Amino acid sequence: MAVVETHRPGDIKPGRPRARSRSLAAASGIGRFLVIVVLTYLGLLAVTFFIGRVIPVDPVLAIVGDRAPTHVVERTREELGLNKPLIEQFAIYVRNVLTGDLGTSVLTSNRVIDDIRRVFPATLELATLGTLIGAVFGIPLGVLAAVKRDSLVDQIVRVIGLVGYSVPIFWLGLMALLVFYARLGWTDGPGRFDIIYEYTITPVTGILLLDTAMAGEWDAFRNVAGHLILPSALLGYFSLAYISRMTRSFMLNELGQEYIVAARAKGISESRVIWRHALRNAAVPLVTVIVLSYAGLLEGSVLTESVFAWPGLGLYITNSLQNADMNAVLGGTIVVGSVFIGLNLLSDLLYRFLDPRTKRR
Amino acid sequence: MGESHATDARLSKPLLEVEDLRVSFPSRNGPVEAVRGVSFTLGRERLGIVGESGSGKSQTGRAIMGLTPPHARITARRLAFAGTDLMQLSARERRSFRGERIAMILQDPKYSLNPVMTIGQQITETLRAHSNVTRAVARDRALDMLEAVQIRDPARIFGLYPHEVSGGMGQRAMIAMMLIADPELLIADEPTSALDVTVQLQVLAILDRLVSERGMGLIFISHDLRLVSSFCDRVLVMYRGRIVEEVAANRLNDATHPYTRGLINCLPKIGEDRHPLPVLDRRPEWAE
Repeated sequence: MAVVETHRPGDIKPGRPRARSRSLAAASGIGRFLVIVVLTYLGLLAVTFFIGRVIPVDPVLAIVGDRAPTHVVERTREELGLNKPLIEQFAIYVRNVLTGDLGTSVLTSNRVIDDIRRVFPATLELATLGTLIGAVFGIPLGVLAAVKRDSLVDQIVRVIGLVGYSVPIFWLGLMALLVFYARLGWTDGPGRFDIIYEYTITPVTGILLLDTAMAGEWDAFRNVAGHLILPSALLGYFSLAYISRMTRSFMLNELGQEYIVAARAKGISESRVIWRHALRNAAVPLVTVIVLSYAGLLEGSVLTESVFAWPGLGLYITNSLQNADMNAVLGGTIVVGSVFIGLNLLSDLLYRFLDPRTKRR
Repeated sequence: MGESHATDARLSKPLLEVEDLRVSFPSRNGPVEAVRGVSFTLGRERLGIVGESGSGKSQTGRAIMGLTPPHARITARRLAFAGTDLMQLSARERRSFRGERIAMILQDPKYSLNPVMTIGQQITETLRAHSNVTRAVARDRALDMLEAVQIRDPARIFGLYPHEVSGGMGQRAMIAMMLIADPELLIADEPTSALDVTVQLQVLAILDRLVSERGMGLIFISHDLRLVSSFCDRVLVMYRGRIVEEVAANRLNDATHPYTRGLINCLPKIGEDRHPLPVLDRRPEWAE
């Protein structure tokens, strides 16, 4: 009987050819990945370039003003290369962007890349903290709601999520400022720090919590943290609302699977069934959700940044847009697009890492 | 099937006593009873439960395991395992029975194995839940167990994920996972229905040998009357949540209940040309 049993042709998948095709597949997978990234990036640049050409803002007039004589206008147009064929302009544009030249901002008269280097860390700091808060609280809440489905806890979590979804963030931000800053004085107000720290803080990374901590400026650190609490809690709450809802629905899906019955039949603890089995499976789609919501926050949440006078990317792009500062707007758009492409890539990689079924193909 | 004749002292006390077991699910039109007063006792023998889908055979198995969904209601005059009243146990005590003393094999390894854990992790997990063994010991025991379910290259299969093995291999891993803690009773819920016909027999042979060697009691749940009667000592026929007939497996042809007769008559015979094909008669009064 044992002899018969050992010859099962279809039963064990042959190991050797698979091992070879695995590395091949990995190589072609990375190649395909790169091609996709490059194409997406070119698409992004094409879009920003053509938007720059079709909008009714003439970059020449924006520089010389509408009273300049014709020959000045013409000379500036030539200097900017705007008389060349479009395709050549696009090639120059791509080369400039790739070398980090996003043009000069009319509004601040700085190079756009320098402006963005200044404002983006502010957004990065806020968005990262917000996402951390959202994930750290949102995932357990979602799990709890799914496990105690239809109970009071579930209802409460759902209401928290619903409020986070439907209450306008600017209103909630103003209320938070009113209560916690103006009335109670528990937190600091708008801006990134109080004006007296203006010259104590030397931005190295631009992430002020890091900068002050590294410099050992603990007074400044406390001040920066005090300013961060409200806006990051607010963003955190909104991402919590989203993350907890998604966690709940992914968990409900996993908890209904047969492998959960099998896990329980083995007699392992319920907490292990939930966290080790169900959440580990729910984590696969959840990672994509969290990374994309992080990308959304990195665009700079205009409303939050406006309410809290937060000198971030959202506020910068909005200001530039209102002043028809097209280089700044398009530069900001490129940065936002790059962040999206990068984070999409990251979520793909994490997905592959978390789900063994997507590897080794 | 020697174990049913064995003069074992343990036989004096039945392994499992079920009396008037009822499982009902709440619904908008009042509770729906999936199991309606099932009673039987089980020694260290093989009991088959057959019935159509929805007859309550799987819910009977899950109620014994304590895996009925929380919104369902279970009542029983007696539900005892080796003399212990299962209905009186706390959830924690109930859990300590699962896997270690009563285990269950599910239908389709494609869904009943966790896709993101390796087969080895899933097997050792059962052991480590019930005994304080080191990782290395658990690994050795799991490799032995994989060998016991006739897997040729245990060390390789140990590190694979469920999607990397075939259905037959997956079901063997499932058996290994459920038997590693040496349970006294095994509930096999359609253990071969999702497998290819050729693999079915291999998996059944493995199950057959392990149940005999370890002297386990077995409840074999299936819709396949012929399979059950060849594999078990006794067969319970369920219809709409009730047991309508109990027959010795080798005396299946002496079954008297019209429903059982109907199930038997449904089986085609080679060389026979029947027109019209028999249709199973289902009468509500049998379920009363």
